Amino acid sequence: MEFLLIHVLNALLYSSVLFLIAGGLSLIYGVMRILNLAHGSLYAIGAYVTAWAIGTAAAAGAPNAVLFLLLPAGAVAAAAVGAALEPTLLRPFYKRPEEYQLLVTFGLLMIIEDCLHLIWGPNPLSAGKVYQLAGSVNIGTSRYPAYNLAVIAVGILSALLLWAFIYRTRFGVVLRATSQNMRMASALGVNVNRIYIQAFTIGCLMAGLGGAIVVPGQSAVLGMGVEALVLAFVVVVIGGLGSLEGAFAGALIVGFVREAGVALFPEVELAVLYLIAAVVLLVRPAGLFGRGER
Amino acid sequence: MSLLSTQAVAKSFGDNRAVNNVDFTVRQGEVLALIGSNGAGKTTLVNLISGLYRPDSGRIDFDGRDVTSQSSYERIQAGIARSFQLVNLFDQLTCLDNVALSIFSREGKTLKLATLASRDRAVWDEALEVLRQFGLDGKAAVPAGGISHGERKLLDVAVAYALKPKLLFLDEPTSGVSTREKAPIMDIVSAIVRSGGITVVIIEHDMDIVFRYSERIVVMHQGAILADGAPDEIRRNDQVTTTLLGTHVTGEAA
Amino acid sequence: MAAPMQRPLLKILAWAVPLGLALLAVPHVVGPFHTLTLMYGLVFGIAVLGFNLLLGYTGLLSFGHSAYFGAGAYAVAFMVKYFKLASMELFLAGSVLVSAVISIVFGFVCVRYTRIFFGILTLALSQVLWSLAFKFFWVTGGTDGLRIPTPWLLGMDPGTDKMEFLAFRYYYYVLAVFVLCAIVMWVIVHSPFGKALQAIRDNETRAEFVGIRIRRYRLIAFVISGVFAGLAGALWAPLNGLATPDVLVWTFSGEIVFMAVLGGFHNFIGPIVGAVAFTYLKTYAVGFTVYWQLLLGTVLVVLVLALPRGIMGMVEYLIAKLRRPR
Repeated sequence: MEFLLIHVLNALLYSSVLFLIAGGLSLIYGVMRILNLAHGSLYAIGAYVTAWAIGTAAAAGAPNAVLFLLLPAGAVAAAAVGAALEPTLLRPFYKRPEEYQLLVTFGLLMIIEDCLHLIWGPNPLSAGKVYQLAGSVNIGTSRYPAYNLAVIAVGILSALLLWAFIYRTRFGVVLRATSQNMRMASALGVNVNRIYIQAFTIGCLMAGLGGAIVVPGQSAVLGMGVEALVLAFVVVVIGGLGSLEGAFAGALIVGFVREAGVALFPEVELAVLYLIAAVVLLVRPAGLFGRGER
Repeated sequence: MSLLSTQAVAKSFGDNRAVNNVDFTVRQGEVLALIGSNGAGKTTLVNLISGLYRPDSGRIDFDGRDVTSQSSYERIQAGIARSFQLVNLFDQLTCLDNVALSIFSREGKTLKLATLASRDRAVWDEALEVLRQFGLDGKAAVPAGGISHGERKLLDVAVAYALKPKLLFLDEPTSGVSTREKAPIMDIVSAIVRSGGITVVIIEHDMDIVFRYSERIVVMHQGAILADGAPDEIRRNDQVTTTLLGTHVTGEAA
Repeated sequence: MAAPMQRPLLKILAWAVPLGLALLAVPHVVGPFHTLTLMYGLVFGIAVLGFNLLLGYTGLLSFGHSAYFGAGAYAVAFMVKYFKLASMELFLAGSVLVSAVISIVFGFVCVRYTRIFFGILTLALSQVLWSLAFKFFWVTGGTDGLRIPTPWLLGMDPGTDKMEFLAFRYYYYVLAVFVLCAIVMWVIVHSPFGKALQAIRDNETRAEFVGIRIRRYRLIAFVISGVFAGLAGALWAPLNGLATPDVLVWTFSGEIVFMAVLGGFHNFIGPIVGAVAFTYLKTYAVGFTVYWQLLLGTVLVVLVLALPRGIMGMVEYLIAKLRRPR
């Protein structure tokens, strides 16, 4: 029984991080119709910056509370990078065929990957201190890292906050209007450029937060962004591109399937995920919550 | 001899009954105008007949066969073709290519990948002849995206015509074209379809064109057929003139 | 208008003959390093030619072409390891078969979509293969990969001098296959089918209303495209000597796209030029700095911003300008 609970918690942990990444990707696509191939790289930026901040602070002998407070650093950094990228490198492409976005964001991916390498070197960067400091809790006869529970909490909290933000605030209304009909929104006086940069920044913030909260549990390594992007794709394909509910549902499905796979059939774990994605696409092309755009 | 008939055909989009139990017939060889105010359901009806949409209910018979469940591909094979209100052409290909594609398709040659397209002289000769009939042979080597709007409207018709259809739908063939260009375009189209004996249904808003070029007029309003008859009858029909044309008719005699 | 092919053919021959002679002379004029680099370029050229049938001619951007290339490479590796084969002709046949099957299956799912969704799907599906190659390491050799020894060409023993074999005999073999593939693709692109693909690219609705069954044609293009990539993968395998999951990873698909964009995907030769240029670019970048991704990434971004029609686009522009001196 307790093993089941632990597996469930692990799945939720994975789902939380996936939701942040995939949710950001979906949000950006939903509002701007941009598919950012470098989105995983922003997740990596989040992980690296947080790991570096915590590592540096820990080495300087900072008190434990500060270490915890530094966790969001990566999210902030990713958001800043996003805010800088959108007006400079993405805006020129809105009027061009959408294939060009894939190209420019792919180029960005290569650039960011190597920038991380350049700045922090080839070795993994760890923030393990925070993980240890959080301690562990008892689940039945086993001990389970408390930090994981915190991550799950952050995931759920983010989902709720995001939902409230999109559906309960004025900004959210404007965001949804712009995503449904950009021209109309613009004709009604919405500053679309500003909405775009804001949406993009939020999406990057989410990805960066995903990286930031995951890094105490696993080090920041080169290539983590590339790997994360494909998983985000699977989530978004299953859940529906452009839908936050879809990202949520997709993240849960992927998290649980993966955990089941890891526990029962480790070899096929990844392949099964991709196959589920393919099946969903055959049966319900727009994803579970998608809008049915081709 | 009716070439096409719809029986109680209906299509709704959400709450909007775009086409409401329409019985519409087209007789072989006639030139028919389909008119009505915006939102009357004309384009939806044409979309239903050409296969772009499936009807919610009702039946469509074409050339003696029930085509209600057939795909647009099958209906094209059966002999229905159309031009579009918002021109649909292969913009990066030349005008000649555009027409040639219809011919290649008509002859079932588009799956040939081991022969050079340029080798099939018959197709290219016919394509050039069609362009000549439409007055576009001077633009044969120009990409379709690079000719004037009026020429694009003509090319759109030419592409559909090259399929040698039995029934041709022309969706607002002169929309967006300047007034003085409209008659020349319609003269060309009209001469070609009459000489070819093709049955034509024209959706039009310009009443001058409608009265001058059609033999029969079908008036739609709010998804249903309001009136159906020769131009003179329609002109005298008070219901039609008040809903569509205001109280004063200015159409010339054909 | 529909002029007979003589004139353009003469123009083509005017530069094709000198180029052909130059290519034939390469192994005797430059050292093995350059010969091998050019070979990689030609091999990728075949893959990008296939890729561009989808992009330039049908309007579909595939971000998963590594799947078919890798399938071709692994097909060769499996034929070596499990069937103890060594004939290059059998390798080519096997890889064509395998990549055809995979592209039919993947293509069937993917051609129901267009644009970005199509791109995502192709990427996700190629990752299925990558994950299989990665995880089933007892079959595929995992990240260590599977060795591919020098093959027998047309029944002839490759001998013991690997470098001599690769830089000479294998070079001519690859060159011959490349020329054949280029001719085949050229015919396809200029056939009625090729015209139909371009029609689908330009206006899906009109193509449908002219009687072209869009999905079917896209699928056929997809499969041809996949087979070209698979063939290229098979040629690549002995050259690289090793088949690893890196050949299936999605970023390699991205490189294929890069090559097409670099050369210019709006015409026929662009992809070939792009493949060769990219191969040289990457080889020198990797040799020059460990941060070669940064270099290439920047090139791509600048390319897409400033020179979207690629090298051949620029060449065409310059030629047009020279013809009209104003």
